Amino acid sequence: MSNVKYILGHFEDPDDMMHGIDKLQENNIGIYDVYTPMPIHGIEDKLGYKRSRLPIAAFCFGLTGTITAISMIYYMLVYDWPMNIGGKPSLAMPDFVPITFELTVLFGAYGMMFTFFYANHFFPGRAPRVMDFRATDDRFVIAIDAKSNPYPDKIEDLLKEAGAVEVKHNERKYVSYE
Amino acid sequence: MSAHNESILREPLITGENITYAKITKDILVPVENKPTKAWWIGFGIAVFFALTWVVAISYTFWEGLGVWGLNKTVGWAWDITGFVWWVGIGHAGTLISAVLLLFRQNWRNSINRSAEAMTIFAVICAATYIFAHMGRPWLAYWVFPLPNQFGSLWVNFNSPLVWDVFAISTYFSVSLVFWYTGLLPDIATIRDRATGLRRRIYSILSFGWAGSVKNWQRFESVSLILAGLSTPLVLSVHTIVSMDFATSLEPGWHTTIFPPYFVAGAIFSGFAMVQTLLLVARKVMKWENYITMFHIESMNKVIIVTGSIVGVAYLTELFIAWYSGVEYEQYAFLNRISGPYWWAYWSMMTCNVISPQLFWFKKIRTSIWASWVLSIVVNIGMWFERFVIIVTSLHRDYIPSSWVMFYPTAIDVLVFVGSIGVFFTLFLLFLRVMPGIAMAEVKLLLKSSSDQAKQKLIRDAKTDSEQAEFYQKSLEKFDSVSNKEYANI
Repeated sequence: MSNVKYILGHFEDPDDMMHGIDKLQENNIGIYDVYTPMPIHGIEDKLGYKRSRLPIAAFCFGLTGTITAISMIYYMLVYDWPMNIGGKPSLAMPDFVPITFELTVLFGAYGMMFTFFYANHFFPGRAPRVMDFRATDDRFVIAIDAKSNPYPDKIEDLLKEAGAVEVKHNERKYVSYE
Repeated sequence: MSAHNESILREPLITGENITYAKITKDILVPVENKPTKAWWIGFGIAVFFALTWVVAISYTFWEGLGVWGLNKTVGWAWDITGFVWWVGIGHAGTLISAVLLLFRQNWRNSINRSAEAMTIFAVICAATYIFAHMGRPWLAYWVFPLPNQFGSLWVNFNSPLVWDVFAISTYFSVSLVFWYTGLLPDIATIRDRATGLRRRIYSILSFGWAGSVKNWQRFESVSLILAGLSTPLVLSVHTIVSMDFATSLEPGWHTTIFPPYFVAGAIFSGFAMVQTLLLVARKVMKWENYITMFHIESMNKVIIVTGSIVGVAYLTELFIAWYSGVEYEQYAFLNRISGPYWWAYWSMMTCNVISPQLFWFKKIRTSIWASWVLSIVVNIGMWFERFVIIVTSLHRDYIPSSWVMFYPTAIDVLVFVGSIGVFFTLFLLFLRVMPGIAMAEVKLLLKSSSDQAKQKLIRDAKTDSEQAEFYQKSLEKFDSVSNKEYANI
C-alpha cells in the first residue's frame, strides 16, 4: 500500500471544480475538503454543509448588549445615584436609546467575531493548515482522503476528465509544516 | 456565481486582457512584495515630516495646557472640534462602501472597500486624537467611561450627548476594525503562502491560520453579511450622535432638528471625496487602473453629487427655517454667518460644497481624472469650512453682545491640524506597503462575470444582442484603461 495520504485535484476554473465535485460524488468518492482563493457560492449545498449558525450567535450577543446597556444605565442613573435634572424623571428612556443601540452593535459584532474565530480555530499565531500553497492564490483545490478512497488512478482520471490541470498525490497532509 | 453571466449592458468592473486569478494576486501585491518605489518614499517622507510636526505640537499642548490654542471664554470649541468632526466624517465612506454597498449588492465596492475601510480606521484615529487633546488633561481620559470611582460612585451622565459620543465613536472604531481585519484574513493568507522566511512567519501569525476551506468561507461570508447589517445603522448613528453634540444645545445655529440627516449626508460626501483623493493617486502609482476603473471613479462622483446636493438643500433649509422661525437669535446667527466677520468661511463652504460639485453633472468632468481629483480636494476643504462655520461662527456671537469675540487660531492650532493630516497619510502609506490595498478575494469573485474580457468573449461568441453589444462597447470609451483594439468585432 502506498503512503499517499491525500489526493489534491487542482483546478484553474471554479466551474470546472464544481464539475469535478459532481463527478466524484457520482462515483461515491468522499471529498475531504475544498480549498479556494475566493468564496464559491453553492458549494456548501453540494457538499452537504449545514447553514452557518453564526447569525443566531450574533443575535444572542446583540441581545446581551441591549440588556447590559439598559441594566447598566438603570443601575447607575436610576437606582444608585438618581439626579434631579429639572424635576424630570431619572428613567429618561429616550436618552438611553443611543448607548443601548451602540452597545447592542458592539456586543453583536465582537461576540460574533469571537464565535467565528472559535468555530474556525482561528487565533493569532496558529500554524496554518495548508494543503497547497496555491489554494489561496489562483488554484481551486479538491482534497480527497486517499486512505478511505483507495483508488488513486480512478480519482486522477475523474479529476482530469473534469478539467483538473494538476493532480497531486501527497504523502503529507499539510505542506505548511515543512 | 461564476456560472451566470452579468447583463452585457453593465459596464465592466475589471478591465484588461488576459487577466487571470494569478495575475490579480500579482498585480495587487506589487507594493507589498516589492521594495517601495521612489514615489512612495517621497510621499512617505512628506507625511512623516508632518506627522512629526503633529507630535511636537500635541506634546507642546499637553505640556503647556490648552492655553496654547486660540480658544477664549466665548469660543471654547474651535479647530479641535472642527478637526474632530471633519475626520469622523471622512471616516464614514469606508463603512458606507463596505457595509451599505454590500447590503445593496453593489459589486463595484469590491475593489475599493479595503482601502476605504483602512481610511476609515485611520481617520477615526485622527479624530480620536482631537478628543484626547481637547480634554486638556488627557491622562484623565478614562473619566468619560462609567467606571466606579472615589466620588461615591458618581457616574457619567447618560443624558449627555457627549457621553453618547464616547460610546458611538469607540463602538464605531472597534467595529470598523473588526470588519476590516476579518475581511483581510484571506488576503493575509495569500501573502503568507507566497512569502518565505521571516515574512511568512509574520503573515502566518497575522493570518490566524486561515486555510480557505469550505467552512472557512461559509462562515466568513456569514460574518461579513451580519457585520454589514450591524455597521449600516451604526454608521448612520455615529454622525447622528456627533450632530447631537450640537443639536441638543440651546446655541443659535446649533439647536436644529435637521442636524442628524444633514451631518450624515455631509459625512458621506466628505468621505467619498477623501476616498477619491487617495485612490486616484493610488491607482496611478500602483498601476491598478484595471481594478479601479473609470466606472468606479464615475460612481463615486455620482455619490458625491447626490450627497453634495443633499448638503446644499440642508444649507438652504437652515436659512429658510431661521427666517421662518421668527426667533431673532436664530435669524441673527445666520445673518452673521452670511455677512458677519466670518463671511469668507461661509462662502468658501457654499462654493466648495454646493456649487463646485455640481460640475459633476457634466460627463466630461465626471470622467476626467484630473477634474475628479481637484474637485475631491475642493470638497474636503469645503467640508472643513462647514464645520468651522457651524462651530465658530455660532459660538463667537451668541446671546450677549458683551461677550462677542473673534477667534484667531495660533500656530499650534494650525500645526495640530496639518500634523494630523500627516499622521493620516503616514498610516495610510504604511498600510499600502504591508497589506493589499484591494481585496483580492473579492475582486477574484468578479473576474468571470463582470470583467471586460468575459464580456468581450460573450460578444465574440455572438451570445449577445448586437445592439446591446454596441451599447456596451460605446460605454467603454470613457475608460482610460481600455483601448479600442481590445474590442471584439460585433
